[in-house]
Formats: sequence, C-alpha cells, structure tokens
Amino acid sequence: MIYDVSTLPVIIFFVFVALVLILSFYFAGKTKSSASYFAAGGTIHWGVNGIAFAGDYLSAASFLGICGMIAFAGYDGFLYSIGFLAGWVVALFVVAEPLKRMGKFTFTDALDYKFNSRSIKFSAAISTLVVSIFYLIPQMVGAGDLVVPMLGLPHWAGVTIVGMVVIFIVATAGMTSTTYVQFLKGGLLIIFSITLTAIILHKGLTREPSPGHHEYISLEVTNNPFGDVALNDDSGYVITGHKSTGNSSFYLLEKDGISNWFHLVERDGDMYLDEMLTISELPSGEVLYNGAPRDDRLFYQVGHLAMIMSDGEEVDMTGPTNPFSFLTKIEDSEVVRYIRTSFGYGDISVEGWYPEITPGTEIMRPGLFYRLEDASIWERLNFVSLMLALFLGTAALPHILIRYYTVPSQRDARKSTIVAIAAIGSFYILTLYMGLGAMINGVLDMESSNMSGPLLARSFGLGLFAMISAVAFATVLGTVSGLIVASSGAIAHDLMDTFFKIEMDDRGKVRAGKVAAFGVGVFAIIIGILLKGMNVSFLVGLAFAVAASSNLPAIVMILFWDKTTSKGVSSSILIGIVSSVLLILVSPSMFERYGLPPESALFPMDNPGIFTIPLSFLTLVTVSLLTGKRQPEIKQSN
Amino acid sequence: MLHEPAAKLEKDNAASYKSKLGLKLFFVYGLVYAGFVLIGVLRPAWMGVRVVWGLNLAIFYGFGLILFAIVMGFLYHLACSRMEDKLNGKEEKQ
Repeated sequence: MIYDVSTLPVIIFFVFVALVLILSFYFAGKTKSSASYFAAGGTIHWGVNGIAFAGDYLSAASFLGICGMIAFAGYDGFLYSIGFLAGWVVALFVVAEPLKRMGKFTFTDALDYKFNSRSIKFSAAISTLVVSIFYLIPQMVGAGDLVVPMLGLPHWAGVTIVGMVVIFIVATAGMTSTTYVQFLKGGLLIIFSITLTAIILHKGLTREPSPGHHEYISLEVTNNPFGDVALNDDSGYVITGHKSTGNSSFYLLEKDGISNWFHLVERDGDMYLDEMLTISELPSGEVLYNGAPRDDRLFYQVGHLAMIMSDGEEVDMTGPTNPFSFLTKIEDSEVVRYIRTSFGYGDISVEGWYPEITPGTEIMRPGLFYRLEDASIWERLNFVSLMLALFLGTAALPHILIRYYTVPSQRDARKSTIVAIAAIGSFYILTLYMGLGAMINGVLDMESSNMSGPLLARSFGLGLFAMISAVAFATVLGTVSGLIVASSGAIAHDLMDTFFKIEMDDRGKVRAGKVAAFGVGVFAIIIGILLKGMNVSFLVGLAFAVAASSNLPAIVMILFWDKTTSKGVSSSILIGIVSSVLLILVSPSMFERYGLPPESALFPMDNPGIFTIPLSFLTLVTVSLLTGKRQPEIKQSN
Repeated sequence: MLHEPAAKLEKDNAASYKSKLGLKLFFVYGLVYAGFVLIGVLRPAWMGVRVVWGLNLAIFYGFGLILFAIVMGFLYHLACSRMEDKLNGKEEKQ
C-alpha cells in the first residue's frame, strides 16, 4: 500500500520523539548508581508506576496487533485482550509482593534470592534474554509498519529509527527515563483510544464507510456448457485467464490494458465474479498491485458492511450507537471480509485476497482465526494452549517483573499493579471497538493487519491520525525501552557481574549495562527488519508461551514448594526455553514462513504452552527430588 | 554476593495472610477463566447465544472477565491493607 504523507503527522511525530529525548537527557544527569540505572532507585510513585506498567505492557501487540487481528478476524483478536488482562491476576495475586521482597534489580535476583546458585544465575539470565528478544521482535516489526504511512519511509527505516531512539533512551538514563516515557505513553494511549472509540460509536454503522472508498466490482456471469464462464454484461472486461485451486476458481480479466484477478462465487443461485486485491510477482521480478505498478495506487483499502440490520430493519446507516447497540447491530449485520489465497499462474506468483460476506454472528464469537466448530483435537488444543500461555505468561515476563523493584514498598507494588489492571483492562475493552471500527470502515491494508487502528484514525482526520500514530510509536518506544533495560540487566548484572564475577565498580556496572543495551538494540533492529509482515499479537503470544514455560514454574515453585532445589529451578528454566522455542520453530506458522506447506509442520500447533508448561513443572519437581536435600538458604523470606 | 531489595523493606507480619488470600482469589479467577476456555472448546455454539442487553455470551463473558479482574484487584488490596495496618501497625510507611 502507498500512503499520502502529510506534514502534520510528521511534525507531531518529531515533537513527540524530541520530548522523549529531552526527558532522557534530563534523567541522564540524575542516573549515577546502578540502583538508579536498573531500578530507578526504588523511588517511583505507585500511581506513576501503575500507568508506566500499562505503558510497558500495552505494547505494539496490544494496540497494533490486537486491533489488527480483531479487524481481520473479529472476536478471535479479542481473545488476546482477555488473556493478556487475565494474566495480571496471576501477577497480582501470586507473584507481585513476594517478588518485591525477593528481588534487587533483575528477575534473576529474585529467583536466586534463596539459593545464591551460579546455575540459576546463568539459566535465569539466558531466559530473560530469550523472552525479551521474542517480545522485542513484534515491537520492532510493528514500529516498521507504523512508519510507512506516517513518514512515507520504508519498513526497515522505521525499525532502525525505533532502535536508535530506544538505544539512546536506555543508554542515557536507564530505568528512570524509561519509566516516565512509559507513563507518558500509557496515559496518552488510553486518552486517544477513548477518543477514537467515541468517534466510532458516534459514526455508527454505515454502508458508505468513507468518501473515497473504492466500490468493488462484482460481475454477473453464466456457466456455458463446457463448464467455463461467460460475462453477462457489457462492462468492457474480457476474460483472459483462469486458475482453479481447491474449491476456488479465479479468472483473470482485462480492461483498458490492466489485468486483474476475480473470484467466482455463487449468491442466491446466480454466479458472480468478484474483484480481488492481488500482488503478482512477474518472472522479471517486477511486482504488480491489482495489475498495475505500485505507484498507480490501485491496491485499495478494504473492509465494509454488506448489509446492516437495525432494530429488525435493513438500513443504509444506523446513526450514533451506544457501546452495547454498536456490538449487537454488527452481530445482526453482514460484513465483507477479505480472505487470503495464493497460487501460481504460469511463471507468475499471485498473492490475493477475495471478498467474502461473513455474518455478524460469526464475527462476534470465537472461530474465524482459531477454528472451534467441527475442529480437530489439535485445533482445540491449540486454542486451550494459547489461552493458558496468555494467562500464565504475564507473571513470567522479566521486563514486567522488574517494574516491581522501582517502587518503595510491597504495598506500593500492589497498588501500582491494581492501577495497571484498571488502566489495561479499560484499554482492552476499547480494542474491541477500535478493531471492529476498522473492520467496517474501509481502512484495512491487506499487506499489514497491524496498521488497522492508526488507519482508522486517519479516516477520521489527519490530526487524530497524527496523535494516534505518535502515541503508537511511543508505545513501541516505551515497551522496547523496558525490554532493553531487562536484557541489559541480564547481561551486565546477572551474567557479567554475578555469574562471571567480572570486577566492576558501580560506574563500571552502569557502563556495562549501556554497552549491553546497545548490543541488544542493534540485534533487535536486524530481527525486526527480517520478520516484516507478521501479526504482532501472534508473535507476542509466542513470547508469552516461552515466558510461561521457562519462568513461571520456577517462580511459583520457589514461592510455594519447600523441596525446590537450585538444580531443579535451573533445569526447569532451560527445559522450558528449549522445548517451547523448539516447538515454535517447527510449528505450522513457522513452516509457512520458511516457504513450506504448514500441513507438513513437525508439530501440528502454533502454541506449545499446553505441553511445555507442564513439562517444565515436571522437570523442576523431578530434578528437585533427585538432587536431594534443599540447599541452605542465604536469607529467609518473611 | 547477597541479594537485597532495591528499597529496604521492614518485616511484613501480614505476608502469610496476603499469600493465602492471593492464592484463593487466583483459584477463583482461574476457575471462571477456565469456564470461558472450556465453553469455547467444548460448546462453541453457546458463545453465540444472546444472554443480556442483547450481548452474546462471548462478549458478555469476555467483558465480565476483564471487569471481574479489576473488581477482585480492588477487593484484594482493601483486605491486604487492612491486615497490614492491623499486624504491622498503621500504614506500612517506608
């Protein structure tokens, strides 16, 4: 998709980035010790910390990914909202306060509190790095997606800008500036999401989603005796090619020198050819968008209502709706979604999307992305596995856990968690409205589901788009900053200082943290560029599976099982990492990424948590029982 | 090297109470959450049934899980604070 770049979003974007950098400069002068670099000196107010929690947690996955998945697959995207929020219950009720008591700077400190074991230091540091990098990937992919319509820059440029700004933020002032960036962005994200939702509800449902909306062509055809089709009208189109794949038939139609693909469908007993969106790669390497070069801008934004039912009557528009009636009217109506397909035609490789009318009743309940009706056992297990990983993953994310060390007391840790739950929960309810709003307002870019929220804002005005995009960009900055602080802590504090016992004074530790932040940041930039195009919520779901498999069993068993040993902890962390990463690498989605048929994947599910979380628990219990008596404790928790 | 919290904490006599209460609430929420997942897997058609205010079960249960977490969080905090004040003295100030 090619977007018109406007001055206002660019100005607001640079003002926002400048503000963030000034904040970092300001706090850089105050960051002298390692306690202040890694944990903001434990002095952050609980209210600020709570919103910063929200800023940290509401990552690209939440705003870009969930809105995008709801816009493309309806309620299934909202499952992520439910699971992500439910995970905070585990964080609040089970780990928040004990972790605050046990830790110092990092997640490793907390796990190692009772044992002072080198194997725990090593495995927990590696786990922090692996989980943070898994979480970093979607943030960087999302950053690249954002910059394309906002600044008119290519994806790789967006990834690089985010990477460089974040490295600067983290390397200058560490946790303090990171906290205030997250606070600022968390607050603004909620304010602008409320604004966007209010506009969506006020606009209501309409069959004319936006003034410049492209009217898609549907041509009536008849089947001839040879089983082929012929056009019924004098639209000027000529059929020049045909391709069948599975149960679908596609026809290449030419008009005014431009050829594009149409999809054959039956509606009410009649046959039609529906215009598709296509990206065709020619043998010469040239890529055509709807049969023309990209600059001709024939690759339109899509998504609209096919039929609107309001209070039992079919209407063209509903006018303003309330939060409940907006949802019930969509459920009563029909939405045109675009279904992805791909096929070869001679030497040409075609990726296409064809329109499909979907009843609102299917959109407003699970099943479009995660098939549940008539599903196989693997499909059902995949769903349960996703929901399990989302529920247990939050409390095991190192970059979230370290935020408990930035407040002065356990009560403050608890209060800031509750502020976070309220802020994050409110935001997640709004994601349903923003996602559905994007689905029916003709703004979807089929090349990237991640841009649905910002593109919806753009359809309501450039000012709103500018603010939403700047906040979304800050969303990525805030989360990436937190992840890089966590990763640099794992390298500089856990590995260099406490595991390898490299002699460093306090300033040396801060310097090592900054160098580590730079290294992790550069690595994240490279990965973000390589994985362009994947839905960021889906990717974050995988990060949750890795975190829940590697870290959660260790945290829970240290807190609640007296026979836990250091060897049990370290082996369960390592088994959790290896098993979850391995199963993800041989999953259907990754096979598709490798260019192989997903059906040939070695593991039939995308989400491994249902196997790897119990495996990690089992490893911890078995190894702890085998390694006999528990190591002497260094300090007793109260 | 000894590992100590970034901020010095006093002994918390309410820790055991809070831990037990947290676990109980976690199990309560876990059961409600498991109910949602099980309906999705075993009886997906139920998710489309309209239950209240015109909303179907999927939306009602989904919103409910989010709001339930917020309400439980507040109640947990009130109970913990009361016990801290009782066992540690008024307001655990650092």
